[in-house]
Amino acid sequence: MIPAQFDYVRPTTVEEALQALRDGGDDAKLLAGGQSLLPVLRLRMADPSLIIDLGGIPELRGVREDGNEVVVGAMTSHHDVTRDDILRQHVALIQEATKTVADPQVRHRGTLGGALAHADPAGDLAAPALALEAKFVIAGADGTRTVAAADFFEDYFSTAIGEAELLTEIRFPKYTGWGARYEKFNRVAQAWSIVAVAATIKVDGGTISDARIGLTNMAGVPVRATAVESALVGQSATEDNVRKAAQAAAEGTSPTADADAGTDYREHLARVLTGRAVLAAAG
Amino acid sequence: MARIRTTVDGLVYEDDVEPRMLLVQYLRERLGKTGTVIGCDTSNCGACTVHLDGMSVKSCSVLAVQANGAEVLTIEGLERDGQLHPVQQAFHDNHALQCGYCTPGMIMQSIDLLGDNPDPTEHEVREGIEGNLCRCTGYQNIVRAVQDAASKMKPGAAPTAEAGAKQTVAGGGA
Repeated sequence: MIPAQFDYVRPTTVEEALQALRDGGDDAKLLAGGQSLLPVLRLRMADPSLIIDLGGIPELRGVREDGNEVVVGAMTSHHDVTRDDILRQHVALIQEATKTVADPQVRHRGTLGGALAHADPAGDLAAPALALEAKFVIAGADGTRTVAAADFFEDYFSTAIGEAELLTEIRFPKYTGWGARYEKFNRVAQAWSIVAVAATIKVDGGTISDARIGLTNMAGVPVRATAVESALVGQSATEDNVRKAAQAAAEGTSPTADADAGTDYREHLARVLTGRAVLAAAG
Repeated sequence: MARIRTTVDGLVYEDDVEPRMLLVQYLRERLGKTGTVIGCDTSNCGACTVHLDGMSVKSCSVLAVQANGAEVLTIEGLERDGQLHPVQQAFHDNHALQCGYCTPGMIMQSIDLLGDNPDPTEHEVREGIEGNLCRCTGYQNIVRAVQDAASKMKPGAAPTAEAGAKQTVAGGGA
């Protein structure tokens, strides 16, 4: 299958892209890395009249430090995220999760901002972004606004980005020295997560002093495992303590049932994978 | 229509294309480079893998217009002076194919992997080609071929293989 016909523009600045969005109206669609959008277009699940390719806007790419934050341009590829030294040092969790996205070819093209804006509940980057308390910088006609991760993901494939807006950067607080692990369960290589758990843990002298845990595909949006986080803080990082705390991982979730797994099984996976992720991150 | 100028396997092409034309269609239907095949049509199988500016991509998930100004390397651009690329030769030597449909993509992805990691373990080979499906071989001989190619492309290996490897990297390898 090939996509339905569309017009194509490739702006070179964010301003031009926003203008194209306004001119294109309801029917315009932003193209980031295209690794979700092009399959959707090919399957004719969408037929926008205008595609605005963000690939020619250099200001949307790259990773930099800004005080206590690490700023990642929305068009930074998964490949570049996995290789970046600043992220390795300060935001290891997003790097660990990104390494598991799809396959090398897709990671060469796909982007952090594109994946987050697409907001597939089985996508691997929303849960770590939520756990890391990332902030989303969104540009529109009236300048930029910043949305917290907790408010960014609204529903299945739905985010706080408005129709004439675009995501320009993702700002992560620094988690320097925290351990990180993304524990993903799927049936075959490169498949979507059935359930996955993103955990980043701070350990001081064998005791867990802070914990952030996000769950992938346990609801239409990513979910924080807050009950597990509070149960872990102050505990020594032993297998017994971690497994006990992980029993609360499915609290407050509402997973779907599908051909891969029922809700009970997803809840079971959340508990098991949370235990594994926390142990690895604390280890 | 959009005007694109693209270097494919070392030659420059200029064409008017519909924006919706996929890179794989452009290669096959416009340039006649049918060595790059369409497998699954759902971005899963990797049979259509080519290199775009030195990085492996699934050419069914890239628009031809996105390759404007870029360099594309396909399976048809690997051979040098009648000599197969060491990875092509290793696939031949190790019987790393049965029906052969996945082979162009497997070879292009294997070259990308070896550019990144010249001496991969078996596990690293399997991870590196996870985006390429083979429904015949069970992957055993494919993994062997990639490791065989790695050993032949190492510095100090046979001069012909080494020369071939260097030329390919210069021509758009990772």
